Amino acid sequence: MSDTNLCDYLDASSRAFGDRIAVVDPSGGRLTYRELDEQSSRIAGFLSSVGVEPGDRVGVIAPKSAAVVATLFGVMKAGAAYVPADYTAPVSRNRTILTDCSVKAVLLDPACAEIVREWPLPIRPSVAWLPSGQPLDPEMEGTPWAQVVAHVPAGGSQRAREDGLAYILYTSGSTGVPKGVTLTHRNATSFVDWCTSVFTPTEEDRFGSHAPFHFDLSILDLYLSLKHGATLYLVSEQVGKNPQELAAFISQNRLTVWYSTPSILSLLAQFGNLDRHDCRSLRLALFAGEVFPVKHLREIVDLWPHAVFYNLYGPTETNVCTFARIPDRIPPDRAEPYPIGHLCSHCEGLVLDAQGGTEVSSGEEGLLHISGPAVFIGYWNRPDAGLFVERNGRRWYNTGDVVHETPDDGYVYRGRRDRMVKRKGYRIELGEIERALYENERVRETAVVAVSDSSTGVRILAYIAPESGVRPSIIELKVFCGRALPAYMNPDAFIVVDALPRTSTNKVDYQSLMQMHEDAKQRA
Amino acid sequence: MDNIKDTLRNYIVSEYLPGELPANLRDDMPLRTSGILDSMATLSLVNFVERTFQITIDAHETGIEDFDRIEDIARLVARKQGSAV
Repeated sequence: MSDTNLCDYLDASSRAFGDRIAVVDPSGGRLTYRELDEQSSRIAGFLSSVGVEPGDRVGVIAPKSAAVVATLFGVMKAGAAYVPADYTAPVSRNRTILTDCSVKAVLLDPACAEIVREWPLPIRPSVAWLPSGQPLDPEMEGTPWAQVVAHVPAGGSQRAREDGLAYILYTSGSTGVPKGVTLTHRNATSFVDWCTSVFTPTEEDRFGSHAPFHFDLSILDLYLSLKHGATLYLVSEQVGKNPQELAAFISQNRLTVWYSTPSILSLLAQFGNLDRHDCRSLRLALFAGEVFPVKHLREIVDLWPHAVFYNLYGPTETNVCTFARIPDRIPPDRAEPYPIGHLCSHCEGLVLDAQGGTEVSSGEEGLLHISGPAVFIGYWNRPDAGLFVERNGRRWYNTGDVVHETPDDGYVYRGRRDRMVKRKGYRIELGEIERALYENERVRETAVVAVSDSSTGVRILAYIAPESGVRPSIIELKVFCGRALPAYMNPDAFIVVDALPRTSTNKVDYQSLMQMHEDAKQRA
Repeated sequence: MDNIKDTLRNYIVSEYLPGELPANLRDDMPLRTSGILDSMATLSLVNFVERTFQITIDAHETGIEDFDRIEDIARLVARKQGSAV
């Protein structure tokens, strides 16, 4: 079989659908397939000219735009891997990410200039500025966009082989430092090709792109859409958070394929005034990233009877590995969430009683392990020890998710045994929140726990034992976390206690903190 | 106007800053740019304001410039109530 590369999709669509619109900006800007192909080749030419070589990493920090999509392809055409960072996240976190994978170059929105002001020497990357409404600070060095896209287009010779890196997506790490999930072209194309077989898109489709590019849901939006010559409508951060504007966006652009977290679909059902927005163009509504409370799933399924709903499941390390079709009508008495379903055809699954343990008997609970071409190759700059299990001559990744298998519905998700939680589709290691709180001088000790909540799914509680002297106020702690962490990690409540409960071995007693919460709830 | 502010203050503290004394949340404290309210919380607050004060707020009125402090939100409510009678 020939080597596969994500850029092949754009090559083919540019030949077959050159004049069709590939991407539409939140600001209305658009690129045809031919323009996207040409512009990304010029960006690759620029990157090569500043010394980016195959195998290098290139950071991208900006709101979504057609120029950013061209940049992602430009990076891959230069043989490098793109590293998208969240432009709304604290600068210190993004600096940690881009330093961890030592990017050779970084493309920035001018509004994100702060990150390069104090770059940790000596590995300062080349800087280029993405187009923006904001004027460039003349003090800042870097190549303006007009010069980037004036470069001679790069040829195809430096592209990565299929086992070469395509992108690195950073997720929350249990030690408190974000970790980079490294994904190859083959990882991505095996997933996208599976999507083709199940969702059968055509050039007539109009895909919404709600997920930011640092979130793995974006892989389906970007590459499935562009592979088939469809049009990708980028949703801005502002519209993406406002259900009424989002409903109008879906309706006005007559989107046919929607993919987002359950949180967003819940908001659309509750606050989107969907009875006033004609969304009948939607044929597919896909969701992933967290458990969808059935109450809200039922609402959106009833409001969008013309769309077929799918629950897609999989960690960033494998992308989607199981899927389940949601019935057209959800019985009114159903309360338990729908299963994560059957394995995708490019994945294999194994349920083991512990990491590397023995296979459980059919129907018993255990840890879901996944094998196949979509499974990532490791975390950037971190040892692989204990990450993969060898079994039956294959390498298996432990998802950490506890499941049991049923004959008809496939896998049913049961929860986790570690300290990772999902909130608004984002993966959060509670340890990362604790580490941030320890930076506060008034915090002597802290322990963060997650408890289930019937309407939002999960609530994050931070217990704080203060240094002697002035107790920190709740407002102070909340604002402190707002500066130190991405918004989705900010705890829902802070509880100041004299001391944290301890187990007999003197570890923080998380069980007893959860019990304290249960007791407080009972009293309330 | 003070009634409106206190209603807003009590709601925000009980929902998003449980355990804090309402009096500590000042009228000029930024709520969204500081991280006290995330996007989901902001939507719930808009919903609460509409229900409690019997007004309708348009999406363009909930921008971060006009809807970030108790004093701004109270002014918006007062203006809406004034124009409704």
